[in-house]
Amino acid sequence: MAGNWMRSSTWLTGLAAMLVLQGALAAIDIFEFSSEELRERYQQLIVDLRCPKCQNQNLAGSDSPIAADLRREIHRMLEDGLSDAQIKQFLVDRYGQFVLYEPPMSGNTLLVWVLPLVFAGLGGAALALVLWRARHQAVAQGNLDGDDEF
Amino acid sequence: MKRIVLFIPLILFVLLAGFFYAALEMRKTRSVEELQSALIGKPFPAFAGLGLANEPVDLDTLVNGEVTLVNVWGSWCPSCVYEHPYLKQLVERGVRLVGVNYKDTPEEARAWLNRFGDIYAFHIQDPLGSLGIDLGVYGAPETYLIDAEGVIRFKRVGVVDERVWTTQMEPVYRQYGGQLDAE
Repeated sequence: MAGNWMRSSTWLTGLAAMLVLQGALAAIDIFEFSSEELRERYQQLIVDLRCPKCQNQNLAGSDSPIAADLRREIHRMLEDGLSDAQIKQFLVDRYGQFVLYEPPMSGNTLLVWVLPLVFAGLGGAALALVLWRARHQAVAQGNLDGDDEF
Repeated sequence: MKRIVLFIPLILFVLLAGFFYAALEMRKTRSVEELQSALIGKPFPAFAGLGLANEPVDLDTLVNGEVTLVNVWGSWCPSCVYEHPYLKQLVERGVRLVGVNYKDTPEEARAWLNRFGDIYAFHIQDPLGSLGIDLGVYGAPETYLIDAEGVIRFKRVGVVDERVWTTQMEPVYRQYGGQLDAE
């Protein structure tokens, strides 16, 4: 039993390490930041933005030249004092909305945000109805027979 | 009446399946390479720099009242060699072609042009790719079609060949008043 527990905890540690190390797969650039806050925002931005050339990678994970250029540009804009929203807008203006991994809630992307909620709502309502009916029926039957033995 | 309610999930499923199938079909005809540029309908970004003869070039040099193709190329780019003969044909038929020498050195660019032929009206040096970022360039080659006022009307990611030109670019070129000499 203890062995089993040990094994699964080792496994979990491995999994956790993999998840943590995923961030370490980032391409390596050397940038000087004037403050720790800028560095953190940079790290977040390059994870949130998609590489235009290699669309299944974010800017952090891509070695393509355009991703390197965009990281350099983001570094420059951060040092110039632009906000995260301004930097994202800069890239959207040039590369389109698909550079954002998380599409904004507007226009034709609204469906993507709203439909899951609608379906979850419908499903939840249906489930509640079925459960309520089942209980209602059981109670009704119980009252009729007055017998809960099977 | 109650029966109909039972069919709602099935109807929803069929609707969703149809929706996803249509999306898949669209994906086939519109490859990822052909993502529409965010700059279509917007003016060519302002720039000021040097040409390959070290002459000053800027937006006014580029926008001269003619429909123009702006070709992003580099001497390091094999597909640029591949599309060069077809671009040459277009230039011979009267198309104005301007080069953005993307992430290249002037020496290597000039050597490349000496070898394959300089068919461009002029070039814009973009050694660091900063004009490229303003244009939303992914890589070379890419070709932009700008109208007489310098508004971007079409973007081609990848090589321009006869098929791309006749099916996609020539109609836009003519729509904005571009002229072609007979072959």
